[in-house]
Amino acid sequence: MGSLLDGYSSPAYDEMFAAGGGPHPHTKALYDALQLLTSTDLAERCAARDRSFRDQGVTFSHSGGESVFPLDLIPRLIPADEWDVIEAGVVQRVRALEAFLDDVYGEQQVLKDRIVPHALVTTSTHFHRPAAGIRPANGVRIHLSGIDLVRDGQGVMRVLEDNLRVPSGISYVVENRRTMARVFPGLFLQQHVEPVAGHVALLLEALRAAAPAGVDDPTVVLLTAGVYNSAYFEHTFLARKMGIELVEGRDLYCRDNVLYMRTTGGEDRVDVVYRRVDDDYLDPVHFRGDSVVGCPGILNAARAGNVTIANAIGNGVADDKLTYSYVPALIDYYLGEQPILPNVPTFRLEEPDVLAECVDRLDELVLKPVDGSGGYGLVIGPHASDAQLAAVRSEIVSNPRGWIAQEVVMLSTVPSQVGEGLAARHVDLRPFAMNDGQRISVLPGGLTRVALREGSLVVNSSQGGGSKDTWVLTTRHAPIEERDWPSYDAGAAQSFAPDPGPMTGMSGQQEQQQQSGPRSHPQSAARPQQDSGGRPC
Amino acid sequence: MLSRIAEALFWVGRYVERAEDTARLLDVHFHLVLEDPTVDEAKSTAVLSAVMGVLEDAPVETKALLEMFGYDDGFASSIVGSLHSARENARGVQEALSSEIWECLNKTFHELPPRVQAARAFGPAPFFSYIRERAALFAGLAESTMSRDHGYDFMVLGRSVERVDMTARLLAARVISPLPGDGWIPTLRACSAHEAYLRTYQRGVESQLVLEFLLLDRLFPRSVFHSLVVGEDALVRLDSTAGRLGSGDEARRSIGRARTDLEFLATDQVFVGLPERLHQLQRVMTEVSEAVSHRFFAGSAAISWSPEEGSE
Repeated sequence: MGSLLDGYSSPAYDEMFAAGGGPHPHTKALYDALQLLTSTDLAERCAARDRSFRDQGVTFSHSGGESVFPLDLIPRLIPADEWDVIEAGVVQRVRALEAFLDDVYGEQQVLKDRIVPHALVTTSTHFHRPAAGIRPANGVRIHLSGIDLVRDGQGVMRVLEDNLRVPSGISYVVENRRTMARVFPGLFLQQHVEPVAGHVALLLEALRAAAPAGVDDPTVVLLTAGVYNSAYFEHTFLARKMGIELVEGRDLYCRDNVLYMRTTGGEDRVDVVYRRVDDDYLDPVHFRGDSVVGCPGILNAARAGNVTIANAIGNGVADDKLTYSYVPALIDYYLGEQPILPNVPTFRLEEPDVLAECVDRLDELVLKPVDGSGGYGLVIGPHASDAQLAAVRSEIVSNPRGWIAQEVVMLSTVPSQVGEGLAARHVDLRPFAMNDGQRISVLPGGLTRVALREGSLVVNSSQGGGSKDTWVLTTRHAPIEERDWPSYDAGAAQSFAPDPGPMTGMSGQQEQQQQSGPRSHPQSAARPQQDSGGRPC
Repeated sequence: MLSRIAEALFWVGRYVERAEDTARLLDVHFHLVLEDPTVDEAKSTAVLSAVMGVLEDAPVETKALLEMFGYDDGFASSIVGSLHSARENARGVQEALSSEIWECLNKTFHELPPRVQAARAFGPAPFFSYIRERAALFAGLAESTMSRDHGYDFMVLGRSVERVDMTARLLAARVISPLPGDGWIPTLRACSAHEAYLRTYQRGVESQLVLEFLLLDRLFPRSVFHSLVVGEDALVRLDSTAGRLGSGDEARRSIGRARTDLEFLATDQVFVGLPERLHQLQRVMTEVSEAVSHRFFAGSAAISWSPEEGSE
């Protein structure tokens, strides 16, 4: 009987198989397990997965309906030593971007030193003057970030883009793991995988740490646009896992620059708002006047230092795709370090020579709008039609600041479920970093997104992408011991058997059945043992 | 607790109870028509529709009745419609419910279409018991997984209000088209009260005793009196302003008066003005619901504003 991996081939670097054809050392155990998998078995596990997701309501809204979040059952593995590099690279990047934001909304020294051009900031649609001068209580602006990574044809991990506004996906990381353990427990047996569920608590820590000065026990809320928002499941998930209120704009109001929520008891003061609403909709007083999902006055409350908005307003200036091209320089400028994770080669089209060179070879490049997200507006040259290329060319020529061009990266592949078998599909990786002002911690692994169509390089879930459980393998076997925990004798856990009650064993039953027969001995094996158990020997 | 969440929990409690009670109501009707040859199907159907407040274009046969009150997802008072509403409300406040409760409601919602199909093809009895089981699961999960905070109280209040209302309707359906003694058995069963009744009275089914039991019994959890007490207790816990004298809370006054009215009713007076009494109970529940909304949920309505004329 053949394996589902027979005839597997990848057009790029493969996360499971080395160039020679055999599995990488760290994927050997998974490879062996998959050898035993049949298509019937896989189909049954898929059905169990779908039921589990459907019943729990793990969905995202998609063109008006609710779609189950697509999880591919074959995990993506990252060895421990490689993860250490990724983690250090993500932390370094977040540190540099925090410093950049602090500078841009403060002294603007980076502009005076001409590390980045003045126009980069002033022409960014996400640079918000009202945010200038707001200094967060603990200096943190990027409480939760998602740094998108891809692996190129040579196996090098590169940063594709930064998400510093409202990155989503962390709930799917946790749910994917839970579901994998439910429907595919056998895969976990031979390896040690870093757990992910506890990391939501670190987000709560980061949010609490961001409270305005003088608030000991802050009230943290999560602001959602409502039940029809595409990431609503994630909002409820995070609110539940953090134990905080999930509020909508209509639940909040401001009075005298203090933010309150309407409760059955009247009002409760709010100290930290983890908002999952875009800047433009957050405050109709300052931004879009027609927004009803925000709260009028919230920005002034933040400026007055009475409430912390997380992530901070105006972070978009740092994850603008043109700013992205300057991040290696920013790492050098603020930290004096070399970037641990390199960028994808990127062309700034606003420079006339670069533009001239690029427009001639658009069919070899990836074109991205600088303030887009979710894969909207993205054009992949080699896959685009002539008409699409002509359209994007005229857009670029008329607005070069609005676009960047990148070399096509042949994203690495992972075996993924296609029909009844497994085939190579391209993936990226979004690790999540949480910053509490003392420490930046990275959730081990992150969200691996997979392009389900053959050859496709677009992984966004809004574009029909799926996801994979991401395993960071660990060599650590013993759990970390809790500090300040008194040590107990191993024998202290010894106890007697639970009380079986009066009618156990055969005695009662036999008595009733054999009323005229010989009586059985009442002391049968099931008597409670405390009579003889607790005495010193 | 947020007003919006309190309101949603109150209605989750109401909708789940409504779905369950409607299933019970239809179950009685279905078995009566099926098992008792003397029952006039058209009349019984019309009475049931009237009791549920549908007066125009009311269904005349059992099949249409089941479609309307059982399976129509566009009709708010149907079983399916109520469960849709319960799930929609729960979806907006998932984080305030335990994930088990949310999963229970969500799973039920997804299982309804095949269940309805099976009910149409093979008869509604398994569908009714399924609904009762899911409602029991919901109640059990609420009991064992929810903290006894105000959210729980609002849900219990909603459930009690709905139970009083629906039990009154269930009794009204029987009172208008009376049946001798044994004719009450399906009604008792619909309230899961047949065996409890037999153990309490240790004699055959008599209409006077059935009415006493379902209206006035202090211990049986589906009796009107007991439901009023449970609802009133929830309101007492929610009302933090109670002082030494009377009650400033209108909902509590209404429900308290209704409870006293039954508590001190002489058992031989149970037939006096009975239809009016049942109707009054339904009216009081509407009052309670409105008073609760007014006091606790105000401000949860969606807001909208328009920019000043002349501003950009």
